[in-house]
Amino acid sequence: MIASLFHAIGDVTSSRAMYESAIRFGVVLAFAAIGEWVAERSGTLNISIQAMMIGGAYTSAVTWSSCHNVPVALIAGIVAGVVVALVQAHLSHQLAIDQFVVGLTLNLFVLGLALFLDSRWSAITQVVKPTRVPLLARLPLVGTALFGQPWPMYLVVPIVPLAWWLVFRTRWGLEVRSVGDNPQSADVSGIHVNKRRRQAILFAGATSGLGGGVLVLGQISINGYENGHVGLKGIIAIAAVIFGGWTLRGTVVGCLVFGYFFALQQTLPVLGYRVNAQLSATLPYAVALFFTAVFATRTRQPRALAQPFVRGLT
Amino acid sequence: MTRPDPQRLRRTMALVGLYVLSVVIALTLAAVLIAITGGPWQKVLKALLDGSLLKPGRWGDTLAGATPLLVVALGAIIATRAGLVNIGQEGQLTVGAAAAAVVCTSFSGPFALVAGLVAGVVGGAVWAALAALLKFGRKVPEVITTLLLVFVASQGTGYLLTRTFLLLDPDPNKPNRSQTSAQLGTSTRIGRIHLFGNEIPWTVVGALVLAIVVSVVLHRTVWGFRLTVLGRNARTAQRIGVPVVIAGATALALSGGVAGLAGAVMLTSGSANFRLTPGFSNNVGWEGLLVALVARNRPLMCIPVAFVFGALRTGAGFLASTGVERSIVDVVRALLVLAMLVPPAILALWERRTSPPPAPVSTDEPIVSVVTA
Repeated sequence: MIASLFHAIGDVTSSRAMYESAIRFGVVLAFAAIGEWVAERSGTLNISIQAMMIGGAYTSAVTWSSCHNVPVALIAGIVAGVVVALVQAHLSHQLAIDQFVVGLTLNLFVLGLALFLDSRWSAITQVVKPTRVPLLARLPLVGTALFGQPWPMYLVVPIVPLAWWLVFRTRWGLEVRSVGDNPQSADVSGIHVNKRRRQAILFAGATSGLGGGVLVLGQISINGYENGHVGLKGIIAIAAVIFGGWTLRGTVVGCLVFGYFFALQQTLPVLGYRVNAQLSATLPYAVALFFTAVFATRTRQPRALAQPFVRGLT
Repeated sequence: MTRPDPQRLRRTMALVGLYVLSVVIALTLAAVLIAITGGPWQKVLKALLDGSLLKPGRWGDTLAGATPLLVVALGAIIATRAGLVNIGQEGQLTVGAAAAAVVCTSFSGPFALVAGLVAGVVGGAVWAALAALLKFGRKVPEVITTLLLVFVASQGTGYLLTRTFLLLDPDPNKPNRSQTSAQLGTSTRIGRIHLFGNEIPWTVVGALVLAIVVSVVLHRTVWGFRLTVLGRNARTAQRIGVPVVIAGATALALSGGVAGLAGAVMLTSGSANFRLTPGFSNNVGWEGLLVALVARNRPLMCIPVAFVFGALRTGAGFLASTGVERSIVDVVRALLVLAMLVPPAILALWERRTSPPPAPVSTDEPIVSVVTA
């Protein structure tokens, strides 16, 4: 029993496919999680990240099926994510409707809309051919995982430092962090709290819309949009932010960890292990629950997380 | 007799006007959406009405469909009252239905039916209590955990249905090879009222009673008041002696328990032909949650809203003849929810913008600047 477990661990850790798959899952999660991280630093627990991903995925896929142009499709995905974000931002941070209520409704709305539109304009995509970095792609084990992915995957490489620079090295980022920690003080010092929060949500919409696009063009080829394509990846992205203790570095690590478990669930049957499909499908979610439980108290969350700001109310 | 306050009257009229306007906009958007995808919206409307109300025997189905929505909504309200965001009803309902299926397929008789309903409550409550444990023990936001638990619940019950020693129907002559539980015996099914050619399960009456009970408990009892204070301001609640953790955890578990009851009710009143199937919950949890949102967390308001949403559910079954994808119903539903959320918020925004800033509080005491250290 134990010997076979070690054997299985050996198989999984020596499988190139496993690493490739893990990186793909992790990168798609990372697009959403980086946006979500910025939104959470501004004080919004943005559950409509799910809707933004679905919108981005469907729009990208439809655009690709009509023009077969990957950059245009990805931009369409970003636009769709931003549109969803505009609705979320204005309903929750201008009209002051409860952010979870708005987010939940948007999640159901965008999912229904994508499925409905798909019955008329079916979304069919093919994954972009992997780009191989010469020499480096031939590294053992992780070569193709890190240096042989379809090119949309690599968009995450500039986005991580961009998000870091925006949040930690610009005035905008300072204001975003301050409205997330203490909106009353920020307001008194002349910062438009809800405007900053809306902008942070728009950033989240852009990155997670792009994440949706990368999902359908860089990870899985789809033939008609289905609920399972995005699944609950947006919520896992939120779990990754919690896992990372609201730091950017931790968030990215969280995405890779959860991506690894998604990949495990997918790769074990390929490697010849008989696992129960239902139980292994719960694996990433159970792991996410476990890790959020472990890490949520260890770190400091933005103090005004999920608290609406209306001037005059404290 | 007091004369109505003109300002208040104007406010009410503005609110009603905004509601009408936004519902019209929502329905127009839906119609436009159907039109641009090439579908006939008049036919869609007719199919929805036929399927929910007009065709013979549809009233019973609509009421039966509305019942679990109402129950789920009542559960959601309990958590919201206490300031907790339980959005995992879909999972709690699934676990409740599975627990009820275990009891009702192993025993028979009216006692087993009651035990099954109780098992449903316990199952849902345990599932929500997991989220409560993470919330109050480890400070994980319950929004995330309840959602993640939805997925674990649906896949977990899917697993139960793959093993005969758990829930899979052991009958070798079962109708097909699909993974379902055994059918409930006739003694563990909920009776039906026959009325003008409609079959209405008794649970409809039970759900109405439950709505009244929840309303009374929340508005007229000390416990309900404590929950309300807790939801409005946790710090004040602590000061006046509300056990914050216990009250919050109880509210969350109770909310899950009611959702689990909805699952047990669905199973015993014959949704999916008295069998537990994969995907048994069929979005009832999500839709029930939306019912609570539209009813703005008032238990009695949930009754008409649940009826409308139940009608949308049963009406959706008739959409196939029009060739329009039935997910349009999801779109219509979400648009209606947004239409009901926006008007009060717009009105509140106007009032914030137009009302003069509050005057500084004047007191008789002289203002003394206190300078210490």
